[in-house]
Amino acid sequence: MSQAVIGALQERFPEAVYDAYQGVGGDDCVFVHKERIVEVCRHLREVERFDLAPYITAVDYLGAEPRFEVVYNLLSIPRSARIRLRVRVPEGDDCVVPSVTGVWRGADWFERYCFDMYGIRFSGHPDLRRLFMYDEFVGHPLRKDYPLKGRQPLTPEREVHDIFRGPGPATRD
Amino acid sequence: MSDSREQTHPGGAGVDTQETPGSFGAGEPVRPLPQAPARPESDLDAPLPAKRMVVNLGPSHPAMHGVTRAVVELEGETIRSMKLDIGFLHRGFEKSCENVTWGQCFPYTDRLNYVSSIMNNVGFALAVEKLCRLEIPERARYLRVLTSELHRICDHLTLVGAMGLELGAMTVFLYAIEARDVIWDRLTELCGARLTSNYARIGGVARDLPEGWREKALATLERVAELRDEIDGLLTRNRIFLDRTRGTGRISRADAIELGFTGPCLRAAGEPYDVRKAFPYLVYDRLEFDVPVGSDGDNFDRYLMRMEEMRQSDRIVRQCLEQMQPGDIIVQDWRYALPPKPQVYGTIEGVMAHFKLVMEGIKVPAGEAYSYTEAANGELGFYLVSDGGGRPYKLGLRAPGWPMLAALPHLTKDALLADLVPTFDSINMIGGEVEQ
Repeated sequence: MSQAVIGALQERFPEAVYDAYQGVGGDDCVFVHKERIVEVCRHLREVERFDLAPYITAVDYLGAEPRFEVVYNLLSIPRSARIRLRVRVPEGDDCVVPSVTGVWRGADWFERYCFDMYGIRFSGHPDLRRLFMYDEFVGHPLRKDYPLKGRQPLTPEREVHDIFRGPGPATRD
Repeated sequence: MSDSREQTHPGGAGVDTQETPGSFGAGEPVRPLPQAPARPESDLDAPLPAKRMVVNLGPSHPAMHGVTRAVVELEGETIRSMKLDIGFLHRGFEKSCENVTWGQCFPYTDRLNYVSSIMNNVGFALAVEKLCRLEIPERARYLRVLTSELHRICDHLTLVGAMGLELGAMTVFLYAIEARDVIWDRLTELCGARLTSNYARIGGVARDLPEGWREKALATLERVAELRDEIDGLLTRNRIFLDRTRGTGRISRADAIELGFTGPCLRAAGEPYDVRKAFPYLVYDRLEFDVPVGSDGDNFDRYLMRMEEMRQSDRIVRQCLEQMQPGDIIVQDWRYALPPKPQVYGTIEGVMAHFKLVMEGIKVPAGEAYSYTEAANGELGFYLVSDGGGRPYKLGLRAPGWPMLAALPHLTKDALLADLVPTFDSINMIGGEVEQ
């Protein structure tokens, strides 16, 4: 049902989108080059009225080149249509995707989640911290090379400033 | 004051020097006023600076469901900014599921939204079936809708009850819990567990309705309707409840959409979007129900959405019970469903199919799909990637409560600290699904 949208995208951004296909159950999907993702998303939101980004996630295709993929599932309420953008992201220093938080504010936590679980960085994100794991966590748990029962080193207790401690022993056992 | 007077009357003529404090007549230098006698100052007189204060709410605070830590910056009693710290309930749902067979994921999905587990089961089963391009029997569809809607009532009852409780209405909570428990009694008869129902299967459902269940379910619906109306009477026109919820936690329609709201919270802001209507799945296109829409997007509207959706779910359950025809409850395809036990013990094909399903798991064709259903709090999505093996290569969960929780700092900005409680209630954040 979003065939027309994808056609328009290919016409508008011929060098940014590629390999459009219709997935299982008639989902309309297209690959986008990662440098152009913000531009494409802004166009989809403002012109094609894809005003909601219900789910953004990442996948680790270990062994494939490029290794990661960020998946944007978009929804247009007025058109009652959905579209899926897939962005391939290489490993290493280049593992950075421009953030779409400027397009949909709701993308904030999804991108933090991808950073936390897969180590994909989002440039331009206002507050790129881990979402579920603690800051001292080593590695990214949903990467395929992270073991299921991976052990983490003990981390020292964090220094806490400016908190008045009430009566009681300063150190507890 | 005294300076200006001396300038106006330089000679001092006609000026009563006694009435001019600090002056003893013409030409005299102005002397400071005598100091008031030093009074012992108590602590209460101390001049306190109006300083911003940072308060830590949670991770375990009575007003925070589950374990969420909110660090709030207060100016007096007004929240100026807030940062949320979540993940205390993170169990590695996705990682666990990627290491078990497709069928073994169901118990994990039970624990996402533990108040309405069947909706999670159904959401996951639909996602796998989308990937397998599997059509499921008619009766299984009805059973899925029926049980999902019963669980939707449970979820909304929990929210309404907890919201009442935290705003000081203990009775409401007791009524809501009673109503929830009578539904859970029915579902226990159906699936064998109160909370972790594990009811759906890939290709159908686990069990058919027991003997005499239909009549008992109708009686349960009557009882639930009675209790729901009681709650309605206690809360909907309650002065205290209205004062605490109306106009607090407001969000505009445009903001709600941009922040990714779905479900009752989006509808409360005035956007009539419901997956069951926009992209009907199972048998929702054959059922008659209305989608309530709010106008203000405040806590009271979100509460009203829940009350009305319970009535609509009641209608749906009754229609399902009427329309349902006897038939298969799971596909008769041994690549997906376990063969019946006489076949397993009696035939070699049966035992082989059983062995392969249990040991290797269902072979889901390679590919990827995003499937979405309307759960109690919004869109429950599963993004699945299969490599053709017996286990999910990637199982991404789009938790319904996620965007709403992420928007909590936006909802409570410049609100009173006390407004945080109803706002946190009405978005109905469930730790199990948001923190996975």
